[in-house]
Amino acid sequence: MRVFMALAMSVALGAGSAHAQQAIDTEKELEKYRQMMSDPMSNPGFLNVDRGEVLWSQKRGSKNASLEGCDLGEGPGKLEGAFAKLPRFFADTGKVMDLEQRLAHCMETQQGVDMADITRRRFGAPGRTSDMEDLVAFIANKSSGMKYSAPLAHPKEKEAFAIGQELFFRRSDFMDFSCATCHAEEGKRIRLQGLPQLNKAGKDAQVTMGSWPTYRVSQSQTRTMQHRLWDCYRQMRSPEPVYLSDGLTALTLFLVKQAEGGEIQVPSIKR
Amino acid sequence: MKKLSISAFVFAGLWALGPALAQDVPKVDAKRLEEVTKAMWPKTPEGWEKRISYDETQAVCSQFRNDLPQAEFDKVKARELATIKLPADGNVLGDWKSGRRFANDGRGGTFTDRPMTNGANCYACHQMDRFELSYGTLGPSLVNYGKDRKYAPEEARAAYAKIYNSMAVMPCSTMPRFGYHGFLTEEQIKDLTAFLFDPESPVNK
Repeated sequence: MRVFMALAMSVALGAGSAHAQQAIDTEKELEKYRQMMSDPMSNPGFLNVDRGEVLWSQKRGSKNASLEGCDLGEGPGKLEGAFAKLPRFFADTGKVMDLEQRLAHCMETQQGVDMADITRRRFGAPGRTSDMEDLVAFIANKSSGMKYSAPLAHPKEKEAFAIGQELFFRRSDFMDFSCATCHAEEGKRIRLQGLPQLNKAGKDAQVTMGSWPTYRVSQSQTRTMQHRLWDCYRQMRSPEPVYLSDGLTALTLFLVKQAEGGEIQVPSIKR
Repeated sequence: MKKLSISAFVFAGLWALGPALAQDVPKVDAKRLEEVTKAMWPKTPEGWEKRISYDETQAVCSQFRNDLPQAEFDKVKARELATIKLPADGNVLGDWKSGRRFANDGRGGTFTDRPMTNGANCYACHQMDRFELSYGTLGPSLVNYGKDRKYAPEEARAAYAKIYNSMAVMPCSTMPRFGYHGFLTEEQIKDLTAFLFDPESPVNK
């Protein structure tokens, strides 16, 4: 949203004196475009939702089982509102898990699917769909209209939150960056890209987290929080973080708590 | 000693975030945090062996959320100052046109990049040439940087040193330590300094 506004502004600034009106016109056009794209019939992210629905009930793997017995925290097979409360503690693994970790756990233990293949296709690309992106889109969509409310009650959940918070401020690697370098001040931007402030609870965090997973127009793929964080670390010039590692879940828990009370509307559509 | 500093950093961190978040959040066990980060990045990528992953300065800036007590501030400043290498011949001014190119180039250094000459990506955070409209705001505007400093040679040397290691000037600065990490070469830093200090550079127009 901010990118579009910033782009519109830059176009306007370049044009000189008539810039204000042009910015308003451009913004109106973009707003129409955004409304069109957030229509479920027009947002390609809903193709992932449909594929995810099929994958959820499809019998697969060495155990020829579906995922319908998978407990995402609200009970086996219960999908409504499950995403809004993740990441959370699961007694059967003794771990705090995000949606993707939990799905991987169910795929492995209940279905016996080839996890190397799941991991290889963790991020969709042209001609290669991602089961994870499809399932996350489907399941997260079942929390659309609800608000983030991870329990943060179990000691392990509190520990994960605290670790996520430390990771958020942890400066490292080739450019000395942390998440906070870009996301701890209000109204800042990189080039023309607006940066949400995520070090404190509030609107920025709510709007940001409430719109993931999202269909990314620039990538022609629906992306999850695992991918978002992967790409953040990439741009920070860090080494590639391990997919489904506990640190990414801890960071996600920190972020969803900053977004507490924010409404989930997913899959959304973004740049 | 180590334990002391870690509990101090946890305290500082929670305090910095304010009471709304600090409540009910346990202190992080340092060992546990290390386990988690180790599992996120279990091995050094091939070709990255010489890269610094987590040094003493990064650790202390993380601990204190970049807001260092005076004693730590002085320690970091002295340590970082000692890393700066000025060009052997004392000339810090290269080719401003080449500097302009690097300032606008954000490629290089990520785990999806092939080895290449890294861009400096100055515009990600700074305004420089006033006619370049796509600039970020994390850092201050550098418009008229050299002109405002009357093109003074000692100011140019200070700018070179700041690009080389920002934390020698401002401990825990947001700006990467480009020379210290070897992210940019001496030649590149000279070109960027010239971009700031050449009277013909669009930065000063």
